[in-house]
Amino acid sequence: MLFTSYEFLAFLALVFLAYYLLPKKTQWIVLLVSSYAFYALAGVEYLAFILFTTVTSFVVTRLMERVSNREKSYLAEVGDMLSKDERKAFKNKCKKRRFWILCLGLLLNFGVLAVLKYTAFAIVNVNSMLHGFGVESTLSIPSLILPLGISFYTFQTMGYLIDVYRQKAEAIKNPFKLALFVSFFPQLIQGPISRASDLAPQLTEPHRFERRNFTYGAQRILWGYFKKLVIADRVLVAVNTMIESPEEFRGAYVFLLIILYSIQIYADFTGGIDITIGIAEALGIKLAENFKRPFSSRSTKEYWNRWHITMGSWFTDYVFYPISVSRPMLAISKKSRAWFGKKIGKRIPVYLATIVTWFLTGLWHGAGWNFIVWGLLNCLVILVSQELEPLYSKFEHRFPKLHASSTYGAFMSIRTFLLMGLIRSLDCYRNVPMTFSMWGSMFTEFDLPSVLGEGLLSLGLGLSDYIIVGLGCALMFAVSRAGKDVSVRERLYDRPVLSWSLFGTLFILIIMFGAYSVGYDASQFIYNQF
Amino acid sequence: MEKLIEILNELHDDVDFESENALVDDGILDSLDIVTLVTEIDSEFDVRIPPEEIVPENFNSAAALWELIQKLDEA
Repeated sequence: MLFTSYEFLAFLALVFLAYYLLPKKTQWIVLLVSSYAFYALAGVEYLAFILFTTVTSFVVTRLMERVSNREKSYLAEVGDMLSKDERKAFKNKCKKRRFWILCLGLLLNFGVLAVLKYTAFAIVNVNSMLHGFGVESTLSIPSLILPLGISFYTFQTMGYLIDVYRQKAEAIKNPFKLALFVSFFPQLIQGPISRASDLAPQLTEPHRFERRNFTYGAQRILWGYFKKLVIADRVLVAVNTMIESPEEFRGAYVFLLIILYSIQIYADFTGGIDITIGIAEALGIKLAENFKRPFSSRSTKEYWNRWHITMGSWFTDYVFYPISVSRPMLAISKKSRAWFGKKIGKRIPVYLATIVTWFLTGLWHGAGWNFIVWGLLNCLVILVSQELEPLYSKFEHRFPKLHASSTYGAFMSIRTFLLMGLIRSLDCYRNVPMTFSMWGSMFTEFDLPSVLGEGLLSLGLGLSDYIIVGLGCALMFAVSRAGKDVSVRERLYDRPVLSWSLFGTLFILIIMFGAYSVGYDASQFIYNQF
Repeated sequence: MEKLIEILNELHDDVDFESENALVDDGILDSLDIVTLVTEIDSEFDVRIPPEEIVPENFNSAAALWELIQKLDEA
């Protein structure tokens, strides 16, 4: 059941009615039943996997909590009689026990994810290696299902397990409440990846109907549908045309693809997240924001602090920091300082951890070399920028007026937008050598006039479509600028006539210009595939 | 504390670390700075900061970081 289907709108109406009409103490049960119904409609066979994650996480977190409780009660009882070293040894023993229980939980759940998502990729690579060594026989690729949103709910739940291990979150004692945290339907298939301490209590506490929340939520849902149906799904037609015939659309078309795919993925992903956050807001639940005007970023590092924020912070907290400050890494740091000197030596752990983190971020996005290369290229750009930082700083001090000017700011943002778009095109062609060849063609076959002439109209879109996309982008830009400090919805809340007129117009625009007439297909969200 | 300020100044010589108290919240220290800082602290003070202690509250000011170092040293 796609967010963009009529069935989903009917489903949503039923959820809202049940949620606010039934007694408040049953609200979380309404959400749990709705979430499982939503997931079952996507595929009944998927339920087994989400149940597995829920049950194993419940057992593992309760076991870790039992160890913590025993530690606390033992120390409260006899702590005063123990020496400092004895206390420390006991704490370490308990921590180690919790650690092994955590490892079991992570292994089981990441194991399922790895088998379902990466088996085919691994076998294809093994087969090509065997072929390279002259072995004729090949391993057959098993047909495995990939449950919808498994990467999202696995990461969110494993984050919770790690938080319980770190004693930053309490174990959820009711298995059904945990099941709701794992499966909360608005965010189940494309995030945001929430933290248990933020989301779990909100899901189970009672919420009374509040006009402001509901209005804000409905407005945000509407805005999300506008981005998805009017812009993303329209641009999709041109993007798909270029991807399906790469030999035909080279040179300046690749540049056009970079621009159009950036618009598509922005409108698609932020639109989907707007719908998700809007639904939650209408239910009285506040989810973490996933985007903060990413295309206004002046550097790659800044871009990644503003794009898919919850995924980035997940990798920072649960992969990057644990690796970079681990004992082996600190030992490497000491050795590399001795070998290469302080200046280079101190960079080694940071660089190693950054490379591993981006490799895994690429792999998270999909089982393919294009995703891995995508991750590593992002890593390369970030590390090179980091090294060039002193140069930028010198430039800033030498030309302070130019550096502070809006023209220079716009130049930096456009540069970052294009660079990120270029790397992102690996996602389109899904073939690394072909992507590199297409990038090369921009330098050798760049014929912009022919693309801007009849070329644009050969991509399945008419002039009116480009005008709609252009105006839609202008509207997204204006709304983003206007909501920089105070959200547009808050500005409009005390002006009901203007608010209703604007959102009424938005509704009509979606009905009139949504890309679901003949020849279009309201497509799945891009991030549902991850 | 002086040594810690020295390490911080090596990272950003244009910041007044004695008075700044939103180093992470204001984006002065990013994740790469924090890892460099943790390795420097391990090297200079022989104190290992575990990943669970890498939270904004502990890194927002030099004073908070110094308090963390002392707490971990005593533990």
